[in-house]
Amino acid sequence: MTPILEVENLKKYFYTSRGVLHAVDNVSFRMEKGTTLGVVGESGCGKSTLGRTILHLLDSTEGKILFKGEDVTHVDRKKLGKLREKMQIIFQDPFSSLNPRMSVSETIMEPLILSKRFSRNEMEKLTGQLMETVGLAERLYHSYPHELDGGRRQRIGIARALALDPEFVVCDEPVSALDVSIQAQILNLMQDLQEERKLSYIFITHDLSVVRYISDEICVMYLGQLVEKSPAKELFLRPLHPYTKALLSAIPIPDIHQKRKRILLKGEVTSPINPKPGCRFASRCMYATEQCRQEQHLQEIENNHFVACNRVTEIN
Amino acid sequence: MEAKKTAVKTKKDSMLLITLRRLAKNKMAMAGLAFILVMVAVALLSPWIAPYSYDAQDLEHVFSMPSKEHWFGTDNLGRDIFSRIMYGGRYSLRIGFISAGVAALGGITLGSIAGYYGGRADTIIMRVLDVFQSVPSLLMSIAIAASLGPGFTNCIIALSVSTMPAYARMTRASFLNVREMEYVEAARSINASDFRIIWKHVLPNAISPMLVQATMGVASGILGAAALSFLGLGVQPPEPEWGAMLSAGRNYIRDYWHVVLFPGITIMLTILSLNMLGDGLRDALDPRLKN
Amino acid sequence: MDAWKTTKEEERILEVENLVVEYTSDKEVIHAVNGVSFSLNKGETLGLVGETGAGKTTIAKSIIRILPDPPAKITAGKIVFDGQNLLELPEASMRKVRGRKISMIFQDPMTALNPIFSVGNQIAEAIRNHEKVKRKEAARKAMEMLELVGIPAERYDEYPHQFSGGMKQRVIIAMALACNPELLLADEPTTALDVTIQAQVLELMGDLKNRFGTSMILITHDLGVVAEVCDKVAVVYAGEIVEMGSREDIFDFGAHPYTLGLFQSLPSLTGEEKRLKPIGGMLPNPADLPIGCNFSPRCPYATEQCRKEKTGLTEVREGHYIRCFRAQKEGDK
Repeated sequence: MTPILEVENLKKYFYTSRGVLHAVDNVSFRMEKGTTLGVVGESGCGKSTLGRTILHLLDSTEGKILFKGEDVTHVDRKKLGKLREKMQIIFQDPFSSLNPRMSVSETIMEPLILSKRFSRNEMEKLTGQLMETVGLAERLYHSYPHELDGGRRQRIGIARALALDPEFVVCDEPVSALDVSIQAQILNLMQDLQEERKLSYIFITHDLSVVRYISDEICVMYLGQLVEKSPAKELFLRPLHPYTKALLSAIPIPDIHQKRKRILLKGEVTSPINPKPGCRFASRCMYATEQCRQEQHLQEIENNHFVACNRVTEIN
Repeated sequence: MEAKKTAVKTKKDSMLLITLRRLAKNKMAMAGLAFILVMVAVALLSPWIAPYSYDAQDLEHVFSMPSKEHWFGTDNLGRDIFSRIMYGGRYSLRIGFISAGVAALGGITLGSIAGYYGGRADTIIMRVLDVFQSVPSLLMSIAIAASLGPGFTNCIIALSVSTMPAYARMTRASFLNVREMEYVEAARSINASDFRIIWKHVLPNAISPMLVQATMGVASGILGAAALSFLGLGVQPPEPEWGAMLSAGRNYIRDYWHVVLFPGITIMLTILSLNMLGDGLRDALDPRLKN
Repeated sequence: MDAWKTTKEEERILEVENLVVEYTSDKEVIHAVNGVSFSLNKGETLGLVGETGAGKTTIAKSIIRILPDPPAKITAGKIVFDGQNLLELPEASMRKVRGRKISMIFQDPMTALNPIFSVGNQIAEAIRNHEKVKRKEAARKAMEMLELVGIPAERYDEYPHQFSGGMKQRVIIAMALACNPELLLADEPTTALDVTIQAQVLELMGDLKNRFGTSMILITHDLGVVAEVCDKVAVVYAGEIVEMGSREDIFDFGAHPYTLGLFQSLPSLTGEEKRLKPIGGMLPNPADLPIGCNFSPRCPYATEQCRKEKTGLTEVREGHYIRCFRAQKEGDK
């Protein structure tokens, strides 16, 4: 089967007054239809930029994006319209991602209007159905976002994304702004929708327990680069990259008996502007040596487990 | 599906309706609005309800004090000041509303383009407006009125052009904020056109400060017109524009205070009402405030 | 309600008794905090856990009396700190407590610092506000504080925008600790930070706590953070403490349906669970609380009694309190 999405050497640079910001640098991966690819990393690692570049919300600087085997890196406006019906996005902030002056139904209906495929009646019917699908009560049809809580607002965002029956959805921190009990509701909803509609998700988050729960495979990003990619459970059992190890050990676990050795990283994420060649994690890495100044490449260490670290076999 | 249909029909509260309902709760704003409506009605109906014509001279009764025949007295040519104020609203209010409207429309359009697209369009528009704004707006309107010649239309042009940059600047700043919101990106992700994004997503969320400014702009338009008339660059006598009445009466202020007092009070009350309405509008337009 | 009677009186640093806070708007009264009682001993860390809108921050702000009044009003209760009821202190005396004896750290490190003063200056200013020291002396102490939280003293003259989020939060901690407070109120101090930075900050806070013996109230929604740093835990729901006890009581023997629901909503990092079990529904409207138990509309075990009557906190084991008919009955068995 052709993968739903392939990304090859994708780069997104921003040209700022202080230099070239390497937001996404040489990222490659592929994902199968109906699966969820988790993308984790800390703020500024480029995970949101990656999602937006794939969706053409940002123009890519270099590299290739293939959707269902077709090269969609450069598309004209008409083609983009078609593409966007198939590729959608759910945003992080349920407060700023909804136009405060549009009602629930207007927001959900907008993609239907733009597609110009439906009559007014059909659109109203579809909107009602979508609201039911995501668990929004009918009486909220004319409500405005400010009258609703975060969980319900996020359901509106999901309904909007699903309106034209996409195959692929980028979920950019969709539950980070929600309380745990609501977060669980939304995660369950997203999983149900995935099963019903054979959706493929790219799930971008900084919350590692959420990403483990929802993903089939996980990519770990650091300063614009992919440092490790592995099946979800495997990553948590056997993290291989020094950064992944530190990241996983830093998660506070809600269990008072599990004692772990925490790897405390020194320093903080450095700037992605004009990065020096070589491993970008080296300055914080306890295993760093001279050879880390060379370019690192993703290599398959075990079946489906890729790591970008020259010393990976030595340190594990 | 039937139930859904009824739900759709029964409760349709547009944002406009909600805003108006909120505005209706604000007593100050409503008082302001009422006064303005009265003034507009009086101005419109003045040919029929005014006790005298605005240019009917009665040279035997010049400068008569307020009395039963002449509620606000008469001026240097024996014209009834009360009637002239009623007629004057036709000019003053029209100048105020039209100049504010034109300035807001032009300014918001320019500001939208500059704010939404940024880059070169932004630079060009804003630098041109910088030049305009570097001259004080009164001085600018005087300069324009002087070069175009006095008169009603030229007065409106002068006032519009001189206040337009302020609207453009506000719109641009407001757009820069709203442009960054995720719902704008969301609109792009469902392939909305630039025009639709500006019209449906950015403008409605960016426009409230400009609406408020426009309300106040009507007031400053009236004042500006008065200032131009005062300098002889506005509406020309015998047309009874309020500012022109003030200006014509200024020579007699020592002996006949009523000649300037009544037009002055009218201008003051109108502007006060407009400002109260503007304040109320600002509060009512915030969608985050609960009803 | 004599929470934790077992502890000796002289170790007690804070005692909150039956605290009630209401917010009044035009039409409605919002019951933000409804009769909260707890106590804290010297050197202890109490975690206040709960969801957005549960009233955690309001409790903390009541303790240092910085609630905006109006609309907020403390309508009942006592807050005894060092033997004084803070709610009866005149504002002038309160000002001497605030910042010097009790400090608060806020959630958002981005807005808590003034962008137009250098960070060193801001710490020195905090010191000079409470101690009569020379400018030079304050500056020297501010540098010490910076070093203490792991920021080189050379960065004294830099401005907040030159610092990253984690660094800013450390500056704020340095500021809060500058006067060596007896009690630190930390409101979601690491929520805005990345995990690796959060680990550093938590480590730092734990370290400082051990060194200075500061008592702390940590407000958070993250049970992982609680497990790591708290000695005692109080679970807050709709303005009430629904369960409190030692860390072990809550994590191993937690019995209130809400506490259990919170744990079950969390995806595990190790287990194999297929589906999360969210708590249905939402927080009740604090202006219109249920007649019975506040949690009853969302509780899978709710009975007629739960919907009609409220119940108080009952001690089910030593030091372990629960506000729930069902858990109380099971405790009897």
